[in-house]
Amino acid sequence: MNANAPIKHTQAENDLLDRFDSTKASLAGSVAVSALREAAFGRIRDRGLPHRRVEEYKYSDLRAYLKSAAPLAGATDAASAKSVLDNLDSYGELDRHRIVVANGSFLPELSDVAALAEEGVTLTDFSEALAKEGGAQLLTAPKSGESDGVVALNTAFVQGGVVLTVQAGVEVSKPVELVQVAGSSGAQVTRNRVVLGEGSQLRLLETFAGDTGEGELNAVFDYDLADKATLASTRLIVGKSDAARLFTTIATLGAESLFKSLGFIAGPRFARNQQFINFTGENSNAKIYGVTMAGGDALADQTLVVDHAVPHCNSREFFKTVLDGRAKGVYQGRINVAQHAQKTDGEMMTQALLLSEDAEMANKPELEIFADDVLCAHGATSGQIDEDLLFYLRARGIPEDEAKTLLVLAFLSEAIEEYGEDDVTEGLEERVRDWLAAH
Amino acid sequence: MLEIKNLHARIAEDETEILRGVNLTVKPGEVHAIMGPNGSGKSTLSYVLAGKDDYEITEGEVLFNGENMLEMEPDERAAAGMFLAFQYPIEIPGVATMEFLKTAMNAQRKARGEEALSIPEFMKRVKAAAAHLNVSMDMLKRPLNVGFSGGEKKRAEILQMSLLEPKLCVLDETDSGLDIDALRIVSEGVNKLRAPDRAMVVITHYQRLLDHIVPDVVHVLSRGRIVKTGDKDLALELEKNGYADYIDTAA
Repeated sequence: MNANAPIKHTQAENDLLDRFDSTKASLAGSVAVSALREAAFGRIRDRGLPHRRVEEYKYSDLRAYLKSAAPLAGATDAASAKSVLDNLDSYGELDRHRIVVANGSFLPELSDVAALAEEGVTLTDFSEALAKEGGAQLLTAPKSGESDGVVALNTAFVQGGVVLTVQAGVEVSKPVELVQVAGSSGAQVTRNRVVLGEGSQLRLLETFAGDTGEGELNAVFDYDLADKATLASTRLIVGKSDAARLFTTIATLGAESLFKSLGFIAGPRFARNQQFINFTGENSNAKIYGVTMAGGDALADQTLVVDHAVPHCNSREFFKTVLDGRAKGVYQGRINVAQHAQKTDGEMMTQALLLSEDAEMANKPELEIFADDVLCAHGATSGQIDEDLLFYLRARGIPEDEAKTLLVLAFLSEAIEEYGEDDVTEGLEERVRDWLAAH
Repeated sequence: MLEIKNLHARIAEDETEILRGVNLTVKPGEVHAIMGPNGSGKSTLSYVLAGKDDYEITEGEVLFNGENMLEMEPDERAAAGMFLAFQYPIEIPGVATMEFLKTAMNAQRKARGEEALSIPEFMKRVKAAAAHLNVSMDMLKRPLNVGFSGGEKKRAEILQMSLLEPKLCVLDETDSGLDIDALRIVSEGVNKLRAPDRAMVVITHYQRLLDHIVPDVVHVLSRGRIVKTGDKDLALELEKNGYADYIDTAA
């Protein structure tokens, strides 16, 4: 098949064409940014939404899933955003700073701007930065993910977000929660850039709240870690939603840096959490964890590309998936080791627990190694609850449902505990219990 | 307490008949030993009593305090007072032993309509029982049975038994894998639980265990049937002469 042949657009693609034509004049950015948007959208126009014949989307056919594409959400006011925030129960009483991005726009009036400034953290509006000279660099600087359809869609439509900069040497005293809010329905396309100066440390919590109606949420997070910086990012992709939830991480890791992330998916009918991680300095560490739960006819996808472009870096990938009903889980993990990236240590594991006969898991671990002095391992398992374990618990008087809950929690907690950040993750057990009770 | 009448059971998967008409009556306060050669159906009997669904009951009944036990789920049996000490206690990664004990105790209490234990009361009970069985706090902090030695696993089983205070204790080859010292500790733990309102069924290959846990009645199980019943001297006789006589009888 000729990839350049004009395609027949789906309803959703036609909606996107309309969306682009009607909004491109009002979307933020300099002339150069507009050109980037045109180019990115051109890819969607020419090739369509990512679909199953694109290798990276083989198991997560976004084109087939999207029946239509809603218009972009219009601006919302602080009062609407605040009412959503008031009902938000993401981290209970955890002491934290908060940053709010509502309907794709940074809302300083609901964010802890002053408190963060005191700590050495500055916040700027992503859409304003796009309009300034050099704004286009915000979209072009992160190289990986360039060829990805969801990232292209993001570049074409990005409404805004926040640029968070931690000054060199600053250890932010408490977690920073970046809440993206839907004040009204409509698609949201956001990009947030997080820049960590040399030796700085940040614990980031990423939350989404509110109802986008039929509009997709397409959020890209661009993390830029200078040498010796540490970032731990905990991402919650939760809540019932028929609209697609598309998350992308693009991380650039300087020398001797540490990047940890946990992507927690439970609820949406179509969720993809994709991460592109690039080592650019030596002696760095990436520890990537995923905890996924999907039931009904949901699809949950954790996709990961780790590029070991330099020597002496370690990466650990550990993903756990629990599926029920007719749900489908996807794990795609790829570790690339460049020829000169000697002494790379990569260890990838993905494990799935299927609670029903009809659930389906696609595990695809991949290693591509050109260096000859490396330690790389990968493993993948899929299985059901062990009947012997279940019987043992029941023989001690624990009813079947509670016994299953204990075993599922035990299964998932291996990844959560290895991630650490105990004060942040302690609430996840309750989320797992709630999910199980609802399935 | 326990009445087993003409119990026939087979492996559900391949329909191999294992129990071929077991009759057994155990009264409160009694300790019964069931001995028998490999493959006689001893472990099957213990699993059938605990409710493992790998087995199919084709005939007969089991009454537990007058109730039809075969119709109860495994957790209902446990809440009603049935306890099986497993021959091979199972390792459960990710489930902390303490958390497991608390969940099990409170699940049984809930099923019986009792209040959940307060944390201090729970801790007090666990510490007391653990001290008697030489179970360290370090063991209790670990995931259930994970990395426990053979002896530690058996001690953990008896710890569970003493905390759950069952009415009927079935001990499936609790002596297997134990050295002399561990055997003594485990037996003392079991003997402490002997009570007028509690019955025990001790399944074993060897007479050795019965020196420590002295039974009131000894049965020989062979080819899925009880072929001989006697007092504790029967165990000594078996130790001397082996099972050959009974295998022939059954054949």
